[in-house]
Amino acid sequence: MSNYTTFSVEVDADGIAVLKIDVPNQGMNVWDEALMAEFPKFVDSFVSDDAMKGLVIASGRDNGFMAGADLRMLEKQTGELSRETFNDAMILNGALRKLETGGHTDREIQREGKKAKPVAIALEGLALGGGFELALAGHYRVAADSPKVKLGLPEVLVGLLPGGGGTQRVPRLAGLQNAAQLITSGASLNAQKAKAQNLIHEIVEPGTTIDAAKAWVKDNLGGTLQPWDVKGFRVPGGAGAMNPKAVQFFSAANAMALAKSKDNFPAIKAIMSCLYEGTQLPMSKAIQVETKYFLSLFADPVAQNMIRTLFVNKQAAEKGAGRPEGIDRIEIKKVGVLGAGLMGSGIAHVTAKAGMQVISLDRTDEEAQKSVTYTKKILDKRVKRGRMTQEKADAFLARITPTSDYNMLKDVDLIIEAVFERPDVKADVIKKTEAVIRKDVIFASNTSTLPIGGLAENSVRPENFIGLHFFSPVERMPLLEIIPHEGTGDRALAAAFDYNRKIKKTPIVVKDVRGFFTNQVFPPYIAEAISMIMEGTSTALIENSALNMGLPIGPLGVQDETTLKLGYDVIQSTKKELGDAYQSTGTEEFYDLMVNDLGRSGRRFGKGLYNYDESGKRLDLWKGVTDHYPLAAEQPSQAEVQQRLMYAQLIPTARTFSEGVVPDPQSADLGAIFGWGFPPWTGGPMSYIDTIGIDTFVATADMLAQKHGERFKVPTLFRDMAEKGETLYGGAPKAYSKSALERMLEADVVKIANGMGIAASVDDLKADTIAKILGAQSGKKAA
Amino acid sequence: MAEAFIYDAVRTPRGKGKTDGSLHEITPLQLAAQVMKAIPERLNIDKGEVEDVAFGCVSPVGEQGAVITRTAVLEAGFPNQTSGIQVNRFCGSGLEASNIAAAKVMSGECEIAMGGGVESMSRVPMGSDGGAMVTDPQASFQAYFVPQGISADLIATKYGFSRDDVDAYAVESHKRATKAWDEGRFDKSILPVKDVMGVNILSKDETIRPKTDMQALGALNPSFAMLGQNFGFNDVAQMRYPEVEKINHVHHAGNSSGIVDGASALLFGSQSAGERLDIKPRARIVSMASIGSEPTIMLTGPEVAAQKALRTAGMNAKDIDLYELNEAFAAVVLRFMQALDVDHSIMNVNGGAIAMGHPLGATGAMILGTMVDELERADKETALVTLCIGGGMGIATIIERV
Repeated sequence: MSNYTTFSVEVDADGIAVLKIDVPNQGMNVWDEALMAEFPKFVDSFVSDDAMKGLVIASGRDNGFMAGADLRMLEKQTGELSRETFNDAMILNGALRKLETGGHTDREIQREGKKAKPVAIALEGLALGGGFELALAGHYRVAADSPKVKLGLPEVLVGLLPGGGGTQRVPRLAGLQNAAQLITSGASLNAQKAKAQNLIHEIVEPGTTIDAAKAWVKDNLGGTLQPWDVKGFRVPGGAGAMNPKAVQFFSAANAMALAKSKDNFPAIKAIMSCLYEGTQLPMSKAIQVETKYFLSLFADPVAQNMIRTLFVNKQAAEKGAGRPEGIDRIEIKKVGVLGAGLMGSGIAHVTAKAGMQVISLDRTDEEAQKSVTYTKKILDKRVKRGRMTQEKADAFLARITPTSDYNMLKDVDLIIEAVFERPDVKADVIKKTEAVIRKDVIFASNTSTLPIGGLAENSVRPENFIGLHFFSPVERMPLLEIIPHEGTGDRALAAAFDYNRKIKKTPIVVKDVRGFFTNQVFPPYIAEAISMIMEGTSTALIENSALNMGLPIGPLGVQDETTLKLGYDVIQSTKKELGDAYQSTGTEEFYDLMVNDLGRSGRRFGKGLYNYDESGKRLDLWKGVTDHYPLAAEQPSQAEVQQRLMYAQLIPTARTFSEGVVPDPQSADLGAIFGWGFPPWTGGPMSYIDTIGIDTFVATADMLAQKHGERFKVPTLFRDMAEKGETLYGGAPKAYSKSALERMLEADVVKIANGMGIAASVDDLKADTIAKILGAQSGKKAA
Repeated sequence: MAEAFIYDAVRTPRGKGKTDGSLHEITPLQLAAQVMKAIPERLNIDKGEVEDVAFGCVSPVGEQGAVITRTAVLEAGFPNQTSGIQVNRFCGSGLEASNIAAAKVMSGECEIAMGGGVESMSRVPMGSDGGAMVTDPQASFQAYFVPQGISADLIATKYGFSRDDVDAYAVESHKRATKAWDEGRFDKSILPVKDVMGVNILSKDETIRPKTDMQALGALNPSFAMLGQNFGFNDVAQMRYPEVEKINHVHHAGNSSGIVDGASALLFGSQSAGERLDIKPRARIVSMASIGSEPTIMLTGPEVAAQKALRTAGMNAKDIDLYELNEAFAAVVLRFMQALDVDHSIMNVNGGAIAMGHPLGATGAMILGTMVDELERADKETALVTLCIGGGMGIATIIERV
């Protein structure tokens, strides 16, 4: 038996081999380059070596079977589509197929009755992505009766599809509907649900899966086959364009997938096609089609951008990429949260949720009690829905201690202040708090409007003073802006990261300037939408254009959530602060009308740009807006609306980046997606700009600036980068793929064409312009 | 190029397309064969004079499969030399088959050709042939596919037709169909269907409800609300039509075309062939058009097809005396009248598919025949026949009384 580094193999007296996967240098078992190289070699020897009569595959780790593929390895994929890349990609799929067929061809199985050596899989813990696909290639799957068992195919979450046979074996076991649900959602199943869907065969006591798997192998040493290799196999529930049930399924499932993805995620379409086309083919062909779709996703920047931002960079940020080095972890067990309003209550909630003790302080005991009520309401709902036991809820709630007594703060490890946004109120609170807390305790302010440096002037220990900007509702919003002011010490920054690791938000470090990062970009985006209303654009068109672009909620819906009142107040306070330097957005009269004249101040006030019922449920768009801003006879196209909404986010992001408000493109991308829901399929605004090319970004922005005003002016930094042919993330600009161009704004496609010296305009068919670009590119390649 | 004339037109009455419909026991082969052989017999010409037969059929599978036209040609007792082709342009199939027959005459390929269509919706249900358009994700993502009912509701929403508007249109369809039957306006072309014993089994359209009124229709629930809301179709429609905030589901069984069984045929020929056979031309083909239109709203093709046919003929909308637009859904007709500024008094004067039903492959040829009869009865000159078509298409034919 040759020596493998990523797994061990032991053969018992019955000739049953037990392969235990233990991939070195990885936190969990994953398909990395080493395992990808060794596993096919083992399969070759397994099918040919008579000493091995059957096989059990298990994990050599106690933290699960296998977590999938190493995405860092996938990030290096070139995205080239060729016979060679296909052959490379088929190596693993071919090995899995060999495992289930015993290396026999379809013809040998069908005509000569050849069978495979039995392969059983022992699942003690999670098997996700490529790990689950390995398991599916076995003939028999035994899972432990344990909550640790999670089975699923989460590839779609980073813009990919399960390319190891997942889209083929799941529908053949569980039927098309279950398969589509599992694979397009990326959700995972517990052992019981997986068994109900025929995805596993047996559930046994934890610790006994290998024994049970061995027992099955022993009973089947005469050979076995996958159900789909047995003559007469039918996909459960039917498949194919002539099967009425399958026709009905695809007709609805395609629409639902399209509606959910808004056609922005090529993986969703590719998954549906793998299900549709693959289930009409024999397995050997089906996995080839799946591999071709898988590779086509790599040729599209969506997957690469999603992997980079949503996986690699997100994980790095959460692990503390921005944390200063050389400072020991700061243990935070008890946190003082000042203020029990909406934000303070939310912060108390997530802090207690992470297992920390919370002292929730407000002016009176009664006010302080509000944070307890806030959390109780959330927990009651969870208990009622069976998501949490009463016992756990009680313990959770007990971690929050409401008080109006500053002395209660004397032994806290961290202070987070979320009191009223008035400098004098904050100053008073800082003074009273610092009088009782330990000298090494970090004081964080959750202000969203006041400069941290200004507040720190009230502190006797400004080096311990920092900003932690949460978003509302705190328990649901994933972003945390960490704002060191000029005098913040490294220890304070480290503490912010250490606290964040517990509450598990995605952190970005931003500069101490007015609005920090997200609040500099978000308001211009909303203002653009309001400007369009004032020009007479249909509100439905604005909202749907944003939704279709991939925003989770339209700008008008969002404005109702954050309230027009807040928008109005910010305008007033900015005016007051900046005086003559205030730059009008042109939307001031709209806010004045909505808030002061009409009382349509937002959802919290019962009405805004939308109508709401008494429980706050959103009804329809408020049609009365056209009494004040009549509908223009000629409405802009969806493409025009999307272009303005997109660039109203790109330009301020580019500006803040060039001003150093965010330290790197990674932070800007994370902040945009997790802060205000910038379309995740883009990988973030910086990734989007890189994808279209900085020169294209500059050209489109120039056109918008000419048409709509200076707010679309490109920062000089970007103009310079465009001239030098640079990219934000480094590396040379890439050639444009067809699918990438199809997903871009029409204006950007036109500018790309113009940049290549091709005459094109938005009046041309987008498909024609794309064809011209692709033609020019391939000509360049040939030359 | 030669001119093509219509020498005769027949159709079966339309039977309710359910298992309790009168024509359910009649095979599509028999429906097709009966209308095919009726024309040479009525005109007293040799069947062998008909060189080719084009029949529309939208679900050409099962007993409607394998070129039902050729099968029916032989069943109807035509000599071997008479050829047959089955045509599918969804709801436009019957008119497309007629246009093909006319074009064969115009091009000189045939002197005499037959067009028509057949559909037994009770025996071969709609959708029996599957199709990539509905099932293949590549196709439905590309076209933003939604079912026709959603498209019809989208038309109503986008162009501002209320539930009352579409219901009122439907009431009028029944009223006009009733009057047309009472006055014998269909008598010239109705061919009662015979059963196995040769006995008439159906002589009159089966689904007309003379007493239909606003109250009765008002009680019906919209048919496509659940489909649109629960299966993502409304969202898909709004991806293409973002100006629509919420789709107003106004269509139901009472203001949409009925599911029925039936067949129809027309005889086309050149002037010289008519003279040689001593048969009298009844109408002349002025122009024909088939177009593609945006597939999500799907059913707005007729206005484009009509305009193309008018352009080809050097005419404008006001030059047409009578319009016939298949009543697939009430909003389709309302939108056409709005777009081309056509008065309801000259549109679908004898009712349409809302009252009498829409046997998919046959309808186009049925309403073309209806116009031949009506031009003569009403002493008018020109008629434009058009249909909306699945997948976003439209077809139109302009005829002139001879």
